[in-house]
Order: sequence, then structure tokens, then C-alpha cells
Amino acid sequence: MAEPRLAASSGAQGVRVDLARTPTARSRFEGGIRVALFAAAALSVVVTLLIVGSLLFETIEFLGEVPVGDYLFGTKWSPTFAGEQQSFGVLPLVWGTIYLTLIALAVAVPLGLLCAVYLSEYAPTRVRKVVKPVLEVLAGVPTIVFGYFALTFFTPDVLQGALGIGVGVFNGLSAGIIMGLLVLPTIASVAEDAMSAVPASLREGAFGLGASKLQVSLRIVFPAALSGIVAALILGASRAIGETVLVLVAGGQTPNLGVNPTESYQTMAAFIAAQARGDIPTGSVEFLTIFAVGFTLFAMTLLLNALSIRLVRRYRQVYE
Amino acid sequence: MTGAQIAAAARRQTTVIPRASRGDTWAGRLFQVLMFGAVGLAFLGLGAIIYDFARDGAAVVTWEFVTRFPSRVVPDRAGIQSAIVGTIYLMLICAALVIPLGVMTAVYLEEYADSRRWYNRLIEVNIQNLAGVPSVVYGILGLAFIVRGPLGMGPVLLAGGITLTLLVLPVVIIVAREAIRAVPSSIREGSLALGATHWQTIWKQVLPGSIAGIATGVILALSRAIGETAPLLVVGAGVSLRFNPEGLDSSFTALPIQIFAWTQDPNQAFVARAAGAICVLMVILLAMNSVAIWLRNRYEQKW
Repeated sequence: MAEPRLAASSGAQGVRVDLARTPTARSRFEGGIRVALFAAAALSVVVTLLIVGSLLFETIEFLGEVPVGDYLFGTKWSPTFAGEQQSFGVLPLVWGTIYLTLIALAVAVPLGLLCAVYLSEYAPTRVRKVVKPVLEVLAGVPTIVFGYFALTFFTPDVLQGALGIGVGVFNGLSAGIIMGLLVLPTIASVAEDAMSAVPASLREGAFGLGASKLQVSLRIVFPAALSGIVAALILGASRAIGETVLVLVAGGQTPNLGVNPTESYQTMAAFIAAQARGDIPTGSVEFLTIFAVGFTLFAMTLLLNALSIRLVRRYRQVYE
Repeated sequence: MTGAQIAAAARRQTTVIPRASRGDTWAGRLFQVLMFGAVGLAFLGLGAIIYDFARDGAAVVTWEFVTRFPSRVVPDRAGIQSAIVGTIYLMLICAALVIPLGVMTAVYLEEYADSRRWYNRLIEVNIQNLAGVPSVVYGILGLAFIVRGPLGMGPVLLAGGITLTLLVLPVVIIVAREAIRAVPSSIREGSLALGATHWQTIWKQVLPGSIAGIATGVILALSRAIGETAPLLVVGAGVSLRFNPEGLDSSFTALPIQIFAWTQDPNQAFVARAAGAICVLMVILLAMNSVAIWLRNRYEQKW
């Protein structure tokens, strides 16, 4: 009795193994699809490698001509000047980038977070249906349009006209504030997602204990969503750091280590765009500055983005 | 206690509670004012931006402006035909490349990838990081690998199109993944149970079910691509070209580049031309976004 059953089962197993191992036209097709899809997905990794490669090799070449210390800690940036006047200290560009980002965040953080709290905790559905699309439209306006607005309206009509501040045609204040308007939707939408992800039971518990709407919003929801909110701020900062054309149009092109917002500033991204536009011979030190500054910019934003991705993942793990 | 007394006590009770938290209602009111102010400022900002370019551009936008080629000398004769055509070509190249690449990657990550494998996790994290790389850095990539270096195409239409494709690829992947994830697994299981293969299930069930979401994401990504200035500046797009691109290997310009060039002009008449070009660009973007919203409402599947 036992033997035939064994044989039958081993036979069945044999058949199954055979089925799995014989490639049919269909299984070959399915396998081919899988490989093609994987290749497409792997391309994104190749893109990253190309970015790093394009930046790294030319940066190494650049550092062969300019000592690392002179580049990272030098306080004078004048790569296009000739002879003795030429200097490759990147600090003025780094400072310009950080300074304008700080102005932008000073505008965008309070406004963006207030918008986020309003949308997540207060706004009736009807109002949300209007406010959210408006913020999305604001996020979809090309940055060159923000630049045009800063140059032709905000600087002359608002800063110089209505407020009477003695700013130049190109100035850090106008570029920074309008950059704040540019990153506001980013901060508002990511922060709102984080606050909406806080479970309703936390709110209900607090309401049950007699807390007011304000207390629930600021002392329960806000702290509970803190890691997501910080991620929103970092994301906003990273967008501001990488913003190019708005600064190029409204902020001017003067490397500046000062703190006077009425003066012109140059950022790393704006320098890259301005430098690449000029006719510089390939392989010259002036040309290599594009890649060295690009690498510095890429490293800064990569660090911020990695931090923000970690934080977002943390709040998702807690509540979902 | 009579009924009237109880009612009176109850009334007193209800008036007592708000009184106890009056300080709090003040703070609450103030906070509401701040929130309305913040939302109001965002609205005001958007309104002022639109008012600014509409005011300056209204007088400029005519049929001649749209159909003429740019002029470096006479502002009144300067048009944007080459910029519009360039922008449309860039959008087509970008769509042709980004739709297959983006959707294939999204399908792989959602339907095939085992997220416990290190290489699949690497792909995922990598895409998230790519989405945060500044657009000007993509320009450097285009300059180093496509315009010069290995591909050595020169500053041509295809180089600009590929650069923009790489820039918006992460956006398309992320949106397409969300659309695919929204298809319930019961649909897949039903299809597999009826004997369909993995790919047949994806091709006949999952993709048709997520096409509206994918299309919406693609259109939004394309509208981001045609609004980008920085990468095209770095790649070396032309300015004020008096001809349309004739092929993939032809010089090109685009609306944002033309707008940028005109804002840099010391002649105010040219700066007004920039406003006119912004009006045209915004109308194109508005049209694309309307199509996206219409698609979403018309074809969105409710499971």
C-alpha cells in the first residue's frame, strides 16, 4: 500500500519540477518582461552614478589646480578675473546661499506652518477645497515667473515704493522673501500631511479631557507630528538652497560675505547657471568651477534630503 | 428643587463653562487671525504674481507676438515663435522618454520588486534622493555627459529633452507608483485565479485601472519640465533664435529661456516682452493642468 502512494507522490513532484524547469514561450516572455522592467528601474541608479561621476571627476581636476583649503575656506570668489585678482574661495557663495535660504525660511516657516495647521485642524471641507488647489497652483508657477515678479514688482513697488527701503535693483531681501513664497506650498503640504496622519484618537482624548481646539492643535497634534514637520522644513530649505533662476534674476550676481540684505548676493546655484552661460573654454579652471561648486551644492542638498527622508519614514512608522 | 430652578441651574452651568476658558478663547481667536493671515498672504502673493505679469504682458500679447521670431534690436517686432515651438518639442521628447521609463520603473517596484532585497531598496531610496536634487545639478549632468563628454551632442534639442526627462523622471515614478498601489489586490488575485500570467494581469488589469492617475502625474511632471529654466541655461539653450528647431540635432530655445533673456535686458521694452511670454507660458501650463484635472475627474476609478 505504501509503495504505490510514494511513487505517485514522487511522480507528481517530478512533474511539477519538470513544469517549472521547461522554459515555454510564455515563461520566457514573462522573464523577459521582468528583466526589461528591472533595467528601467536600474536606470535611475545609473542617473545618480552619472551625476556623482560628472561632478566628482571634474572637481578632482579642479582641486588639482586649486588647493582644497583655498577653495573651502577662501573668502574671495572671483574666478573670472585675470592673474593676481583671480581667487577661488567658495565661502561667499556658500554664505550667500545660506543667507538667502534663512530669509526664505523666516518667511515660509511661520506662514507655511500656519497654513498647514489651518488646513489640517481648522478648515471646513468647503474651504479646504479652495485653499489646497490655490497652494498647488502657487507650487506650479515656474520659478522664472517668481523671478520676474521679484524684479519688476516686489523690489520696485513694494520694497522701494510702499515700504521705502533703500534696496538696490538686485538685492538679497527681495530674492529671499519671494523665495519664501516659493517654498511656502512645499512646507505647508508636507507639514499638513504629517499632521493629518496623527490619529484622531489622540485629538479625541485631549478634547475629552477638556482641551480647547488651540490646545489640541498646538500641544497634541503639533508635537505628535514633529518629525514630519521638521522634514517639511528641511525639504523647504533644500528647495531654497537649490533655487537658481529666481536668485539669478532678482538677487544679482555679486559674491557677498556681508549681512546687509539690501545688497546683491550670489548663490551657488545662481553662479553655476551664470558661469555655464558664458563662453568659457572646456577644461579651463573657470570651466571646472561649475563642477566644484555643483558638487558642493549637491552634497549639501543630498545631506538635507537624506535627513528629511529618514524623518518622514519615522513618523509614518509610528502611525500607519 | 423645582423644574424652573433646575433649568436655571442648567443655564448657569452652560454659561459658566465658556467663561472659565475666556483667556483661552482669546488665544484661540488670535491664532485664528494668524492662520487666516497666513493663508491670506499666500493668496495675496499668488494674486500679485498674476496681476504683475498680466498687467505688463496684456499689451504685448498679440497674434504677431506669438507668431513672430525674436528680435535683438527692435522690441516691438520681437516675437516668441521659436520659443513656443522649442517648448512644445521639448515637451514631446520628454513625454516620449519619461512615460515608458517612469511607468516601467513604477510597475517593477510595485509588482515585481521584493523590497527585502538590498538592490530594490537601493533603487527606492535612490529615487527619493533624485527627486530632491536641485534642477541646476541635472543641468551639469546634461552638460558633462550629453552636451560634451561621452555623448557629445552639443547644445541641441535632444540634449535638452533628455536632461529634462531625467529631471522629472523621479516625479513620474513616484506618482505612477501611487496610482498602481491604489488598484486593490482583489483585482490582481481575481485575474491570476482565472489563469492570467503575472504580466497579463498587469497589462490587462492593473495598468488600465491606474491609467488616470498615471496620466495626471505625467501631465503635471511635463508642466514642471517646460517651466524649468536652470538646466536649460546650463545645457546651453540658445537665446532669441530666429528659426525653429529642424530636428533633434538642431539648436533650440524655449519659453523660460527667452523670458530669462528678456528680463536681463537693460531696455525696458524688452522686459515687457518677458511679461508677454510669461502670459503665454502660464496659459499653456493652465491648459495642461486643466486637462490633468479633467482626466482625474473623468476617468478616476472608484474601487
